[in-house]
Amino acid sequence: MANLEMRGISKRFDKGLVLDNISLKVPDGTFAILLGPSGCGKSTLLRIIAGLESHTSGQVFIDGAPVDRLSPAARDIAMVFQHYALYPHLSVRENLAFGLSMRKTPRHVIEERIADTAQLLNIQELLDRKPKDLSGGQRQRVAMGRAMVRKPKLFLFDEPLSNLDAQLRTNTRIELKKLQQRLGATIIYVTHDQVEAMTLGDVVVVMDGGHIQQADPPHQTYLYPANPFVASFIGTPPMNLWQGRLRQEGGTGIFLVGGLEWTLPPFAMGDTGSFAGHAVLGIRPEDIRLEPTTRPAIHIEASIDLNEDLGADQIIHCSMMGESLVVRASQRPLVSPGQTLSLFLPHDKLHLFIDDRRINLLPNSDP
Amino acid sequence: MMQRLLLVLGISLTVVGSLAPFVWFVLTSFKTQQEVEAVPPLWWPSGGWHFYRAALFDHHLLSYVGNSVIVAGSTTLLALVIGIPAAYVLARVKLPGKPWILGGLLTVSMFPQMAIAGPIWRLLANVQGLNTHWGLILPYVTFSLPLVIWILASFFKELPAELEEAARVDGCNTWQTLTRIMLPLATPGIFTAAILTFIYSWNEFFFALLILTQPDKHTLPLGIALFQGEFTIPWGELAAASVLATLPLVFIVLLCQRWIISGLSAGAVKG
Repeated sequence: MANLEMRGISKRFDKGLVLDNISLKVPDGTFAILLGPSGCGKSTLLRIIAGLESHTSGQVFIDGAPVDRLSPAARDIAMVFQHYALYPHLSVRENLAFGLSMRKTPRHVIEERIADTAQLLNIQELLDRKPKDLSGGQRQRVAMGRAMVRKPKLFLFDEPLSNLDAQLRTNTRIELKKLQQRLGATIIYVTHDQVEAMTLGDVVVVMDGGHIQQADPPHQTYLYPANPFVASFIGTPPMNLWQGRLRQEGGTGIFLVGGLEWTLPPFAMGDTGSFAGHAVLGIRPEDIRLEPTTRPAIHIEASIDLNEDLGADQIIHCSMMGESLVVRASQRPLVSPGQTLSLFLPHDKLHLFIDDRRINLLPNSDP
Repeated sequence: MMQRLLLVLGISLTVVGSLAPFVWFVLTSFKTQQEVEAVPPLWWPSGGWHFYRAALFDHHLLSYVGNSVIVAGSTTLLALVIGIPAAYVLARVKLPGKPWILGGLLTVSMFPQMAIAGPIWRLLANVQGLNTHWGLILPYVTFSLPLVIWILASFFKELPAELEEAARVDGCNTWQTLTRIMLPLATPGIFTAAILTFIYSWNEFFFALLILTQPDKHTLPLGIALFQGEFTIPWGELAAASVLATLPLVFIVLLCQRWIISGLSAGAVKG
C-alpha cells in the first residue's frame, strides 16, 4: 500500500490540452474517485499514473519516489480495465498467475496467493474455466482478482462496473467497498457514475475540461460544491442554477433573475462588503420545501409543468416567470400539472457563485 | 421459395463446376491406358493403381514431393517469421508514413510476374542462386510477404488494445506481449496466412520453371509438367501425380480449418 502524488501533470494531444496542470495527493489507504463527464481527462490521468500514457509535463510520485521514467510493470501498480482484458486463451488460474510468474515469483507463493484471492472473491469454482465461459459479473471478479493477487502498491480501476447490469452493479459496488476497507488498499477509480463516486469514494475528484474542479470527501462535495459545474454535476436531478444579477448593499444581498427579485442573506465579499455584478444562485431540488419553515427562506410561487412519480419521491418540474425549477419532494401530497405551488427556498440551503467560485452565504446572521 | 431454389441451383453449379476437373483427373488416374484413350471417353475406370506406381517409381515423384516440401515449408516459415513482427508493428506502433508502407506493400504484390522475371533471374544468377532451393524460396517469400503482412496486421488490429496494456502492467515487454498474448490470439490469422502461403508456393509453376533447370531440384508442378512419355503424353501418370500432389494440400487445409474456426470464437473481452 502506498500514497500517490501528482505535481503539475499536463497532457497535450494533437487536438489540444487534455490535462492542464493537475496536482493531487492521495494518501495511503484512500479510495479516490476520478469523476467527470466523458472527455474530461479522467481516463487519461489514470493511464498516466499507470504509465500506459506519457505526460507532457509534471511528475508522478508513488511513495515519494518519482515513477515517470518507470514502465507500468516497474511501478508496481495493478489495473482493472473497463472490458476486464482477461487473456482469453488462458484459464482463470493462469490469468491470475500471469503477472506473478512474469515477476518470477516462486511457484508455491503463486499457488498460495491464488488460493487466498480466489477465496476472498469467491471464485474458487471458476479457476479452471476460460474467460469466455464466465458471466459478466464473474469476469469482473476475476479481473479484480488478477489485480489483487499481485498485492500492488496502487490499484487503478477504469470504469470497472460500467459493463454490468444495474442490479449486479449495485451488489458489486457494495462488495468492492467492503473489500477496500478490509485490504486498506489505495485505489484510484475512474467513473462517470456519481452514485459510484458518492458511495465508494473517500475523496471525489471532480474533473472537467482537463482541470480538477474539486477534490473533497463526497458529502463535502455535495454540501459545498466549489463551483457551478460541480454543483450541477453532483446530485440527481441536478441542482437548480439561475444566472442573474447580484447586488449587495449594507447587510443584505438582492438577486435579480428574470423578473424576480430575491433577498439573500449577507455574504462575505471582499473588504468593502459591497458588490454588484453577475452571479449564479443555486439550490438542490431536494432542499426546496413545500411547506413554510421556521428558518428564513425565499418564498416563491411556481406553476407545475410536469410531475415524475418515482414511487418514494416525486420530481416536480415547475416554472416561474420564464425560469425553470425542479423540486424533489416526498410522495405526499401528490401534485399534478397546472397547479400552482407555494415553494420555500431556505437561506441555509442556497449556493452562491460569483466568477465561477463559491461564495459562502452567512445565513445565521440573517434576522 | 424461388430465391431458395436459385440459391441451391447456384451453389450446386459452382461446386460441380469447380470440382468437375478434379473429379475427372481422379477418375482418370484409376483408368487403364486403353480406357484413357477410349473414344468416346469412358466415365468409370476399371480400377487399378498402375498409374500411381508409374508416377511414383518411374517418374521419381517422391523426389519432387521432397523438393516441394522443402521449398513450400521454408517459404511459409520464413514468411511468418518475418511477417508476424512486421504486421504487429504496422498494426500497433505509431509510425510516420505508415499508410505509405502498407500501400507500398500492396503495390509490390501487384507487379505482374512476367515483368519482374528478368530482373529476378539476373539477380539470382549474380549470387549463384539459380538451381538452388533457396534461390526459389527467396522470391516466394518476397511475393507472399505483402499478403501475409496484410492478413496479420488486420488481425492484430482487431485484438483489443486493453489486452496489451494488461500485459504491460503484468510485466511483459513488447516481445513478450507479442509472443505470450497476441500470437496465441492471432492463431486463426496465422493459420490463414500460413495456408495461403503454403498453397501458393506448393503450386507455383512459372518461377520454378525459370529458376530450376536441373531435374533433381524440380518442385512438384514442374516435375509433373515435364513428365516424359515415349511417344505420347502420359495422361494417366499425370493424373495420378496430380492427385498425389493435391492430397497434402487438401489434408492441410482440412486440418487447419478447425483451428481457424475455433480461434474466431475466442471472445477476447466482453461478450
